[in-house]
Amino acid sequence: MDEYQLVVTGERIIEPESGYSGPGTVYIKDDSFFKVERERPSEKQLKELANLTRLIDATGLIVGPGLIDMHVHLREPGREDEETILTGAEAAAAGGFTSICCMPNTTPPLDNYGIINFVVERARSAKVRVYPIGAITQGQKGEIITEIGDLVEAGAVAISDDGYPVMNSGVMRNAMEYARMFDIPIISHPEDLGLVGSGVANEGFNSTRFGLSGIPGIAEEVMVARDIMISEFTRCALHLAHLSTAGSISLVKEAKSRKVAVSCEVTPHHFTLTDDLLESYDSNLRVNPPIRTKGDVEAVKEGLKDGIVDVIASDHAPHSQEEKEVEFQAAPCGMIGLETTVGLVVTELVEKGIIDWMEFFKKLSLNPATILKLQGGRLQVNAPADLTIIDPKKRWVVDPKRFKSKSRNSPFIGRRLKGKAKYTVVAGKVVFEAES
Amino acid sequence: MRLKSRHLLGLEGVSRQDIELIFNTAVTFKEILSRDIPKVPTLRGLTIANLFYEPSTRTRFSFELAEKRLSADTVSFSTNSSSVQKGETLKDTVQNIEAMKVDMVVIRHQAAGAPHFLARCCNTKVINAGDGAHEHPTQALLDLFTVWEKYKKIDGLRVVIVGDIKYSRVARSDIWGFKTMGAEVAICGPTTLLPYEVERMGVEVYTRLETALEGRDIVIVLRIQAERQQAGLLPTIREYVNRFCLTPRHLAALKENFTIMHPGPINRGVEISPEVADGPYSVILSQVTNGVAIRMAVLYLLSGGRLPNSRRKAKAS
Repeated sequence: MDEYQLVVTGERIIEPESGYSGPGTVYIKDDSFFKVERERPSEKQLKELANLTRLIDATGLIVGPGLIDMHVHLREPGREDEETILTGAEAAAAGGFTSICCMPNTTPPLDNYGIINFVVERARSAKVRVYPIGAITQGQKGEIITEIGDLVEAGAVAISDDGYPVMNSGVMRNAMEYARMFDIPIISHPEDLGLVGSGVANEGFNSTRFGLSGIPGIAEEVMVARDIMISEFTRCALHLAHLSTAGSISLVKEAKSRKVAVSCEVTPHHFTLTDDLLESYDSNLRVNPPIRTKGDVEAVKEGLKDGIVDVIASDHAPHSQEEKEVEFQAAPCGMIGLETTVGLVVTELVEKGIIDWMEFFKKLSLNPATILKLQGGRLQVNAPADLTIIDPKKRWVVDPKRFKSKSRNSPFIGRRLKGKAKYTVVAGKVVFEAES
Repeated sequence: MRLKSRHLLGLEGVSRQDIELIFNTAVTFKEILSRDIPKVPTLRGLTIANLFYEPSTRTRFSFELAEKRLSADTVSFSTNSSSVQKGETLKDTVQNIEAMKVDMVVIRHQAAGAPHFLARCCNTKVINAGDGAHEHPTQALLDLFTVWEKYKKIDGLRVVIVGDIKYSRVARSDIWGFKTMGAEVAICGPTTLLPYEVERMGVEVYTRLETALEGRDIVIVLRIQAERQQAGLLPTIREYVNRFCLTPRHLAALKENFTIMHPGPINRGVEISPEVADGPYSVILSQVTNGVAIRMAVLYLLSGGRLPNSRRKAKAS
């Protein structure tokens, strides 16, 4: 019998690409998938395997390709007190992610070859794969496009000015036109700053009640519409980050019906939280785009259900306690999410029948891999052996003391969730194993 | 008798019973204020901090006077600087308050929710003296009290609030308070100064002053700040004056025995003409007098202490 690095066998292996869901066994050798079989070995074979190699019997668990979070903020370089590439990767592993893509709004931003290279080098000792996303414009100022060719050569898998919109439509057009040459998508942070004004919360009845200045849904939607039009014109692949409104979802739906090369993502907080919660003025709820109305949450879920929304991404945004422990309007935007995403998706979407496990692995693994042309997302022979094994029945409470992230800014602290990563496997190595 | 809440953060959700309790308590204090020595030992030994992160003359004086009339020990702090930029100031202040064993905090702040932030992270009782565009509950209570004194009731009165509703904390507190007490409330202002879905607060919305005033008992005029024009929400102050300034020619539309109110400070000739502001139906100065009595009532009720002149002995602590 061959010697394997790791063998995983279970009653429920999910192959999102082929659509197979059922018993199976994954054999890993030399950091890659060696064999993927749609059956379980006999008891006798299992015993033999267990003597020769590390064997994970995933009975009662769900096995799928390693999860990919295509939208995280790692704060290195610049704010290593909030998160580093290594601590972010550790949080990712604990949350079930085998790959993460880090946004360029660091200090300084990821806008040149050297700094992308720095991230790639740092990431070599990280627990999970870290793919940098380069800036669209130099200094993320929205004026002059970056050396996108260099960024791609250094390892950038997409470009984005995330954190800031590219306000000038002409600059966005140039960026898309130029990026097309390198066959990478542009990730848009859709936000019209003129419409945002001094806004800090969704503009609606609740912003009126709580006296918080409003960010209307149209601040997002006009940019979604604009970027769809520029993408259609330039034929550059467009990915829309963190959509939060019913209007945005319907714009994407309409664009997809016209076969525009557009994809989009939503975050767990935009399908779980509504703006009536701002009654507490808890600054952990301050996020951009803001948490919206019940109607928006329903539309986002509908988009997840009918496939308009391709990807679920955490938008993991660490902030220090001293920065967040202030008045709501003075707090920086964002919340951490790497360690709560799986639990929220299982509890709020899978358990409630909005998506099934096949869609779970599409939106959290196959689709981001396809959009960014990464190797993961598939249980394919010779592909890198990244796996996420989930305990769908695990009940747990979000406890800040257990976070591997350096930051604690989560509005989900104390929330009861169902479903958690049991094992995270990167290149055939178990990088995280949950305590039972 | 006690209020239901430990703090006074806003009037949204405050019950009619609580508002009536505050009124009845204020009546007692108003009588005390008319005495030769308008001071009672009710809050002796209690320490109150007045934190004013935004310029204020009348609200601050009114609170300080109310506290002194009740014999509380007070410390006050006032700044013009925008501390929103460095919010840790507030957190540091919280810790200092804790350390100095302050019993109650009165806070005015430009950030909506700042009093809630204090209430959440320290043990003292918090009174909101105005937070951003959110609420200004004691102002609304004194408005309500002034109306209640004059009409002996609030139920069924027809109220209209005119001006910058969007950025007004007074408007929000007045709407909740008057609604709770059974009044019919309308608002009137230019559409750029009306907040989103404000009708869901249970108010009628008007954009034409003449129509909004028809058959009203009470007109509450709000201050227009020049910065609204600078922010592009109004084309010119001139156009605002032409369309929304309350002048004598408007008054015929109102009900007999009508009342004109303004939370101050007044921009004469902008939102209200001098003749109207100083007319006999204006209760603007009674509002100021009542402010002290209302704030004494709120301080007293939140302190959970004894009523003045009560024969009941305080329990040894």
